[in-house]
Amino acid sequence: MIKKYVMIFIVVLAVSAGAGWVFFGCAFEEEISHDPAPCEEEDYIVIGLSQIGSESDWRNANTESFKSVFTAGNGYYLLYEDAQQKQENQLKAVRDFILQEVDYIILDPIVETGWDTVLMEAADAGIPVILVDRQILLENDELYTCWVGSNFREEGRAAGRWLEDYLKLQSRENKEIRIVTLQGTPESSAQIGRTSGFADVLSEHDNWNMLDKRNGEFTQAKGQEVMRDFLKLYEDIDVVVSENDNMTFGAIEAIEAAGKTCGPGGDMIILSFDAVRAAIQFMQAGKINAVFECNPLLGPKVAEIIERLEAGEQVEKIQYIEETYFDTSMDLEKILKERVY
Amino acid sequence: MSKNQASAAGSFRDKLKNLTDTNLLLAITIIVFFLMYLGAVIFQGGGFLKPQAFFNILSANAALVILSCGLSLVMITGGIDISVGGVTALISMCCAVYLDFHGGNVMTSAVIALAIGLGFGLFQGFLVAYLDIQPFIVTLAGMFFARGLTTIVNTKPFNVANEAFTKLKMTRVTVPFMGSVNKRGIYVDAYVEIGVAVAVLVVILMFCFLRWTKLGRSFYAVGGNAQSALMLGINVKRTRFISHVLCGLLAGIGGFVYFLHVGSGSASHAAGAEMDAIASSIIGGTMLTGGVGNIAGTFFGVLSLGTIQNIVSSAGLDQAWWSGITRAVMLCLFLVIQSVVMARKKKA
Repeated sequence: MIKKYVMIFIVVLAVSAGAGWVFFGCAFEEEISHDPAPCEEEDYIVIGLSQIGSESDWRNANTESFKSVFTAGNGYYLLYEDAQQKQENQLKAVRDFILQEVDYIILDPIVETGWDTVLMEAADAGIPVILVDRQILLENDELYTCWVGSNFREEGRAAGRWLEDYLKLQSRENKEIRIVTLQGTPESSAQIGRTSGFADVLSEHDNWNMLDKRNGEFTQAKGQEVMRDFLKLYEDIDVVVSENDNMTFGAIEAIEAAGKTCGPGGDMIILSFDAVRAAIQFMQAGKINAVFECNPLLGPKVAEIIERLEAGEQVEKIQYIEETYFDTSMDLEKILKERVY
Repeated sequence: MSKNQASAAGSFRDKLKNLTDTNLLLAITIIVFFLMYLGAVIFQGGGFLKPQAFFNILSANAALVILSCGLSLVMITGGIDISVGGVTALISMCCAVYLDFHGGNVMTSAVIALAIGLGFGLFQGFLVAYLDIQPFIVTLAGMFFARGLTTIVNTKPFNVANEAFTKLKMTRVTVPFMGSVNKRGIYVDAYVEIGVAVAVLVVILMFCFLRWTKLGRSFYAVGGNAQSALMLGINVKRTRFISHVLCGLLAGIGGFVYFLHVGSGSASHAAGAEMDAIASSIIGGTMLTGGVGNIAGTFFGVLSLGTIQNIVSSAGLDQAWWSGITRAVMLCLFLVIQSVVMARKKKA
């Protein structure tokens, strides 16, 4: 019977030791990368980042960009929460950040609605919220400090203007140009922006003829299918506008299967969006004319915004990240070396 | 004076001697939970000092509490039910579709939730109890069926826009005297979501049911030794059937509370919830072999798992991976405890 008492004691000790080892082990590991916890040092700016997940290379590059900027060395303490593609995890993460009294909350909202309550709680607690990448529908704009992300419409326009210049170089600016578009997931902000941006430039040219626009769902398989249909339906396509790289890869397969060529010196001009590594490599191989970047490296820009907020300045509500483009006239080898993703 | 002390110590020893297995495991669970929470408060400080941190754990896990109670009931009888996660997803999708696409009202959607849960419970209970099919297989099939049916009801996940529902979802039950002062110096009352009230009610009801009703106690008998229970005159088949029906009913309630918490319908809701429920029950002192279990322990089991999540995230670690690993370690330790207790029992 004393044995029972001793047994309880030993068991509880064992469990605590086990749990303690796990945490101490993690904490020890953490100390190599982070310095003292925020409660000890008052100089740290504590940031809570609620990320959607780690479903794609773009997303991982996005996360890495934040983690590499908000380090202890730069005076930040980052609390990172991966929501595993669930909104309820993001809501919980934001609530935890509010309880922990972080200085800033960075949120990449997985869906457009359902954030009103939690943003109000953050506002009541006096914590500024910075939205990144995806956008949300809110009645009250005051609930967030600012939004940082890609200007999809500008990406579309940049593609249109590049095409303008390229056609001038080829002395084709007065000929009839036949264009098809592979569109992304309907109603997504990326699709809406890129289509309307390109349409802005399209409307300026009477000789540009948009033959068709179809949904390729941002995937390689669907992109190939849609391109195959286009090739059957339309003769002499001059330009293919593909709203992301994955669809472009599928389109190239379809074009080559039909015995045609694309890229500089080919039958068709291909314009693509996103600028992942593989796309630039395809460009080196001479199959894509130009790619327009969707920049995931939002970390430095957000850090700059936070510094300005710390200094008491006002920041613009909507801020676009700088994005550029790449085409075959550039030193692609060098660019590939410098690309982070 | 010393005689009194001696007799006091003596009666304490006697109480310890009479500690049954169920209570011993419960004692361990509660002690571990408090130690963990204390450790969190001491080492992490900050957010944990506020009572709101505890209430947030309750709010986030209210549905899991209800599901775990149902699972404990079945496990005490010696069975298992791994369909509860799928049933929860099905309930959330059906109710979401009903509210948004068919313009329903909230009361009817609650009834729909209960009906779905009860339906699964009745069907699975019948297969397990009266056709003698292994509960793991039956409920595994039930889980696949429920998840598949969810995508048939509606393929895409979506947030519910129904106003009456959103109002109910955002209702807060204020807990008096436990508020705290936030960063701005404003006093904010502590609150819990409405689902917590339902969860607490369910826990109390199930606790009384198991301890003070004849049917409840027959659960323990059937789980401990079905043959002996049969010879005692207990209708074993009926007891097993009722345990599954109750589990299904609680899955219905838990599913609706989950739906209230997330406010959307999706085929990937409550993924792995049945595993969390089983883990909570085990940590709470319910044996996988049956015959031993305690609803209070299950409640603390859920809280323990929730606390681990919070500790991991406030330590700045990636919650998605580390909380899973820590929960696994904790579960293994508790399984070891269970087998130690069982070995001791055999020796005695």
